[in-house]
Amino acid sequence: MRFLARRLGFYLLTAWAAITLNFLVPRLMPGDPVELLVARMRGNVDPAAIDAMRRAFGISDASLWQQYLDYLGNLAQGELGRSITFFPAEVSTVIADSLPWTVGLVGVATLISYLMGTSLGVLMAWKRGTWLDGVLPAATFMHAVPYFWVALALVFVFGVTLQWFPVSRAYGLDVMPGLTGEFAGSVVYHAALPAVTIVVASMADRILGMRNVMVTTLGEDYVVMAEAKGLTSRRVMWAYAARNAILPNITSFALSLGFVVGGSVLTEIVFSYPGIGSMLLKAVENEDFPLMQGIFLVISLAVLVANFLADLAYVVLDPRTRQEAE
Amino acid sequence: MKIKIGIGILAFFTLTAVLGPLLIGADPAATSDDGLQGPSAAHWLGTTQTGQDILTQIVYGARVSMGVGVLSAVIANAVAVAAGLVGGYFGGAVDEVLSVLTNIFLVLPALPLIIVLAGYLPQRGVASVAVVIAVTGWAWGARVLRAQTLSVRRRDFVQAARASGEGPFRIIFFEILPVLLPVIATSFLATVVAAILAEAGLSFLGLADLSTVSWGSMLYFAQNGQALLIGAWWWFIPPGLCIALIGTGLALVNFGIDEIANPRLRTVKVKART
Repeated sequence: MRFLARRLGFYLLTAWAAITLNFLVPRLMPGDPVELLVARMRGNVDPAAIDAMRRAFGISDASLWQQYLDYLGNLAQGELGRSITFFPAEVSTVIADSLPWTVGLVGVATLISYLMGTSLGVLMAWKRGTWLDGVLPAATFMHAVPYFWVALALVFVFGVTLQWFPVSRAYGLDVMPGLTGEFAGSVVYHAALPAVTIVVASMADRILGMRNVMVTTLGEDYVVMAEAKGLTSRRVMWAYAARNAILPNITSFALSLGFVVGGSVLTEIVFSYPGIGSMLLKAVENEDFPLMQGIFLVISLAVLVANFLADLAYVVLDPRTRQEAE
Repeated sequence: MKIKIGIGILAFFTLTAVLGPLLIGADPAATSDDGLQGPSAAHWLGTTQTGQDILTQIVYGARVSMGVGVLSAVIANAVAVAAGLVGGYFGGAVDEVLSVLTNIFLVLPALPLIIVLAGYLPQRGVASVAVVIAVTGWAWGARVLRAQTLSVRRRDFVQAARASGEGPFRIIFFEILPVLLPVIATSFLATVVAAILAEAGLSFLGLADLSTVSWGSMLYFAQNGQALLIGAWWWFIPPGLCIALIGTGLALVNFGIDEIANPRLRTVKVKART
């Protein structure tokens, strides 16, 4: 449990760093963001919006230290300020509306990508020297492909040319949101291409990572021993080799999660998917700094929570982390 | 073999970026009346909506995309070397602080952070975009270099240098650094890919310098010019393909280096299992 406590401490520290980054960066940049906004809009800003923004930033005549404390105090009460773009909506409301779409999309796509990529990596290491090695160059190539380019290619082939799937929005214009089968079907249908994009673009990492660890594991004595005992190939492959090889893959997966989230931001924009990524771009384009800060904070916290869950999985799977405490 | 193909790809794109614009000579932003033409003898890769030649844009874009990638990787690796080597060599509280800082930047989602930082930039020039990308790109290298430094600092030649009275920074940068050059090279190549991808993503969102032609900004204009709906595949396929090819080239070189270090990863001369 000491392992988990240490990790938890680290994530809390990271969360604090993300919060402080949010506070400091606008102050370190040349110029006052509020005045910048007013100048860009040539003074055509609602005074209430200016006031809301000053409050969101905690910009006042008080000392920097006092501003920081005020800022932390507001955050502790869940106060993220008001959005400029959707004024007078609260930033938290805007985020709460878009977050479920992203979590659903990225969650399901990441799970599929992980399961498929890991299995394929295991198979490729096992069947080394067969035609499956041909996947290797393809995976190397896919590893370097930008997410949004995969999205563009899928839109072009399956959306525009073949017209099999819709290429924008999260559900059809003809269905009413609600707990109906029709709505759920529409959501799944619309999520198909964005999900495939994330799966295709992120799977290569899993394949390559799993294959490399698996190849090393296959050379271990206990695997050779298992084979010598005459156990079935399937049992040696999954219960002996893959089970041990998967541990580093979980850690690398947790670390690469930030990239999946970033990639999904781009994917959402290609598909005009109403998730947190589209919202982030909208916020940046409109110089909506409170919304921008809020979204960055929520994304960071989500990634930290996911990392902690990966650590939990690690403790369950690796007895050594549990023995450490005894 | 892998290394050769990788180096071949990289050499091709480097030559394109350095010499290509001189050979072509045309202005990548120059418009013409031949809008949205498919590939032909006059325009090998076709034209954009406003009749700009796509091959010319690709060649000039190579300069910006690779330039930002390399510049950003240089900055990121300078930070990584400083943080990794100093932390690894000194140990103790200095190492503790630098390690925590490294791990924080490793965990924070990179692209959202880049987008937010770019959002605050008053001017989004090539150099400032490179710096912003470097902010999120140094942590991995620092972590690897710290681990390597921990093992190198115990070796005899470092002990000897210390015994002969050399200062810590002289030891770090003149004794340890040269030994770690292969590791730094691998980390540098990986950072270049990440930076090219980040620049492309940022330009695609319209958050980088859109007045210069880069592969990312080409994709931005292709997307906004409805290239997909019109079916102008020649507009958006080449930039993405170039990014992916450079990434593949760099990865091949890195895999090659890994395989020299770890022979078990080699694919050649392995008998298939049944």
